Parts: sequence; structure tokens; C-alpha cells
Amino acid sequence: MPEWEAHEAEVPSAVVLLWRQVGYQNRLFTRTPVSAFFTLVFPLIFLVLFGALFDGIDIASGVEVDAAQFYAPGLAVFAAVSATYTNIGIGVAIYRDEGVLKRIRGTPLPRWIYMAGVVGSGVVIAAAGALLMLSVGFLLYGIEMEMANVLPAAATFVVGVASFSLLGLALAAMAPSGQSAPALANATLLPVAFVSNVFISVRNDPPAWLDLLGDVFPLKAFADAFFAAFDPFEEASAYKPWLLLRMGVWGLAGALVAVRKFRWEPSTGAGRGAGRRGRR
Amino acid sequence: MPVVTVTDLAKSYGPVKAVDGLSFTVEKGEVFALLGPNGAGKSTVVEILEGHRTRDGGDVSVLGRDPGTAGQEYRDRIGIVLQEAGIERELTVSEALVHYGACYSRRRPVDEVLALVGLTGLGDRRTHQLSGGQKRRVDLALGLIGDPEVLFLDEPTTGFDPSARRHAWEMIEGLKALGTTILLTSHYMDEVQVLADRVAVVVEGRIVAEDTPAELRGSADSETMIRFRFPDGNATSGPVVDLLGGLAGRASVKNGVLEVCTEEPTADLNLLTRWALDRGGRLEGLEVTTPTLEDVYLDLIGEGSGTGAGDA
Repeated sequence: MPEWEAHEAEVPSAVVLLWRQVGYQNRLFTRTPVSAFFTLVFPLIFLVLFGALFDGIDIASGVEVDAAQFYAPGLAVFAAVSATYTNIGIGVAIYRDEGVLKRIRGTPLPRWIYMAGVVGSGVVIAAAGALLMLSVGFLLYGIEMEMANVLPAAATFVVGVASFSLLGLALAAMAPSGQSAPALANATLLPVAFVSNVFISVRNDPPAWLDLLGDVFPLKAFADAFFAAFDPFEEASAYKPWLLLRMGVWGLAGALVAVRKFRWEPSTGAGRGAGRRGRR
Repeated sequence: MPVVTVTDLAKSYGPVKAVDGLSFTVEKGEVFALLGPNGAGKSTVVEILEGHRTRDGGDVSVLGRDPGTAGQEYRDRIGIVLQEAGIERELTVSEALVHYGACYSRRRPVDEVLALVGLTGLGDRRTHQLSGGQKRRVDLALGLIGDPEVLFLDEPTTGFDPSARRHAWEMIEGLKALGTTILLTSHYMDEVQVLADRVAVVVEGRIVAEDTPAELRGSADSETMIRFRFPDGNATSGPVVDLLGGLAGRASVKNGVLEVCTEEPTADLNLLTRWALDRGGRLEGLEVTTPTLEDVYLDLIGEGSGTGAGDA
């Protein structure tokens, strides 16, 4: 079959495509005020409330820190998880139902670049949310952190958001429809958040089953490892490889589910015409 | 060498055979239409060619590639207008065109594409502010932005008002003039008649007829239909029975209207008009019609005999 010569022009390189794709996802995010509010502002409201409600937080028997010292890093983690797990899971599921994913699949954009763009944007937004939270903590609440702990905190953050991004893709893959995705995201995240040192401290001698429950899921590992960089009583290194490993295993499991179960077509019956388009 | 070759294509959804041994070819620069009722399997065929669906059997080749295994390089050379696909509501029309255009190696200028689909001046509008017909034009624009060699149009004008449809037709004819090979599905006869170089009529996953629209129309039993109303509605009296016996064609009476299906329209018309004049009357509401593509189509898809296609 000699007649079908290839195009003279080259398709754009993967790096260029990925860069554009992250920018595109960021733009979709900034133009959706509701998700911007829930991701960036909502956790700040928690910080203000918890800061007003509590003076000190027990982080071990008889050891107490200022409320903001505990909550700012914990809620930074919560913001990062909202930006990745929740936003990716809901956003991708909705776009699948609306047929946007099917359109994308018909273009020359490599599928992995679409996925990588979703994850990359999630990481950027997570970083913005966490930095906002910590800035408020440093500037308004006087929280403290040793300079030596900046790198360990960053390392924890990267592993954490990467893992939760992959779990977000898995959530999108498992959600039966875009409509059910928000419920699924909240039902899986919020109960876990209560046993994971995000909303309340479970560090001061909690019931064993509660401790165990938190240890099963990756959120407590993220919160604990990140808090280690802000813990004034921490004497060991702020690098917590075992906690990072726990998150990483969850992330890999998420990647596996996402790869095996990901769908590009609207769910039968759920999407067609039920989306926002409403032609006719 | 044809741009699209489909041989014995088969695809089932569970027990339902959506595509059942279908074959056709499309030459370079040709507009080829798959015409058929909803559920005939047209979209399944097109989605297999687009690479969206796998096939159960048969061979498929587009631009010398198998869409089932072809990758990025293949999708770089085709344009797809799906029957139903969403557009990011957060983007403006121009942003969507720029973003989607960026992943193709060749692309048409955004302004040119906007003009081509009749969206000039609406580039800065957010997609969710557009009407249904305007969104469909964005679909067309996104199918064209990568300057495709082959364009798949799955029911491009469904839901359009008549003037929007005319506009879309002009646009598709313009693309044809540029040499784009187009595979179109439609259930509109007039659309196919205007646009297609060749038509395949698809019923229950099979092609039941394939030809140019003109030939397809001529292929029907070339019977002319003569209709008129009886003055007094009485069709069973003696003289009428005599009259009908003398006709070359087949006569039937429905609701006081006499229909004659004939291959000898001149002789039968002469007989009927003389009969009317002899009685000092007229043939009320006289109509003489030759078969249209629509008649041929309805005949082919079995609407006349009551075996219309299902919903599969």
C-alpha cells in the first residue's frame, strides 16, 4: 500500500502537548467558581473556625500545640486531596458523561497525555491550595516550621498529591455516572478525614479500632507525614518513608484500577442527552 | 485505490446484530452517504471506522490503515463529527478550536473555520451560551480544525431548522470542492440527494441498495401514480367497474380517492379523462406523480410492507 504517504508535518511533541494540557485543565478549573471555592476557600474557613474553637490540640498524651500549628498543615493536606482526588474524580466523570472524553479520544492527543494533564493540573491546584493555607497559617496565626523541614514536607506533598490524583482517576473510572461521582467522592473522603488527623486529632491515645481504621487509608499517612515537618516536638527526621510507602501503594492501586476500568464513552443511558448540552 | 474500504463488516451487541456483513468503498474526494432509519447500524459502522468501536468480523481500511489498531498518526488525518459529543462549557468557541487544533500536525486557521461553519463573530462566546444549532456547528468546526483528509459526519444536521440545514449543506459542498473525502450518515432523503455522490441504503445492518442518488431513484419500478377524487364518492357502481377494468395499471380506492399505479400513464390518463368528459364532469384533485427517492427509500426499508427496522 504505497499511496498513503505520511504527513510531512510532525505532530507536536509530547512535552508541548502536556504543557498545553495542564494549562487547559487549569483554565477549566479557574472558570468553575464552585470548585475553586470548595478547593481553595472552604479549607480556610475550617482553619478560621477551628482556630476560634480550640486553644490547643493534644498531639500526644500531655503534649499540646497551638490549634493552628496542628490544623494549618492538616487542612493544607485536605485542600490538596480535594484538588486531586475529589476534583479529578468528579470532573472526569462529568466530562465522560457529557461526551467530552469521547471527543478527545477521537483526536490525535495521546490518551496518556490527557491523563497526565489531568494529574498535572491537579498537582498545581493542590500546591496552590496548600500554599494559600500555609501562608495564612504563617502570616495570621504565627505557625512555625524549621527550614530544615521544607524539603521533607515537599517530598511528602509530591508523593501525596500524586497518589491522590491517581486515586481520583480511579474514582472517575469507578463512578457509574457524573451525577453519582460527587456523592461517591464525599462518602469515601469525609468519614476517612475524621479518623486521619485532619479535622480532629486522633493522636492522643485513640481507641485501637479508630487508630487502625485511619492506618488502613492513605489520608492519615499523608497528614501525619506532612505534620511531622510542623511538629515542634518531633525529634526524629521529618522524612517518613513508611508513611510515604503507604500512600504510594494506594496510588499504585489507584493507577491499576484507572488503567483497567477507565471508560471514555458516556455511561449507557446516563449521559446521552442528560448532560448539559440539550440539543434539539 | 479507495480511501475507505469496508469488507464483510460485522458487529453484534449481545444477541443483536448491529452490522451484519456490510461492504462498501469510498473513493478519494467522494461524498459517500449511509442512509437508513434510526437503529439501522449506520453509527456503529462509522464509529468502527473512527476507531471508537471494535469490530467482530470483516476487514476495514481507511487511508491504508486499520482503524482498530491505528494510533495518533491516523487520528491526525481524520476529522470526526460524532452524533453526540460534549464541549467544555468553560471555554469560548475560539479557545476550544485553538486547544483542539493544537494537537494536529496540520490545522486550519481558527477564523477560516469559524467562517466555514457560519460562526463568524461568535468566537468569544462561551460554548454553553450557544443554541443547539450553533453547538452543532462547533462540532463541525472541531471536526475540521485539523484539516482532515477524511471527514466522518454522523447525522450532521439532525435538529437543524431548514435554513441552518441549507447552510450546512453549502458548507459540506464547499469541503467537497476542496477535495475532502466525506463519509456521511443521514436519515434525510433530501440531504443525501443534495450532497452524496453515492448512497448506500442500510437496513438492519445490511446494505440493501447502493448507487448514485439519481440511479437509485431510477431503479424503482418506474410506475406513475395517478390520483383523483370521485365526484360523488361512489366507487362501486357499474360504469366505474367497467372503467377500472379497461386500465392498464392497478387501481384501488381509498377514502373516495382513486389511485392508479401504472406503467402506461399516457393511455390510462387518456381513458380517465375521456371518461370524465363523457360524463360532463372533471377529475377532481387530479395528481400525477413519478416516484421520488423517498418512495424508493421507503420501499427499500420496508415501510410499505410493514417490516420496518427495529430500534437496535
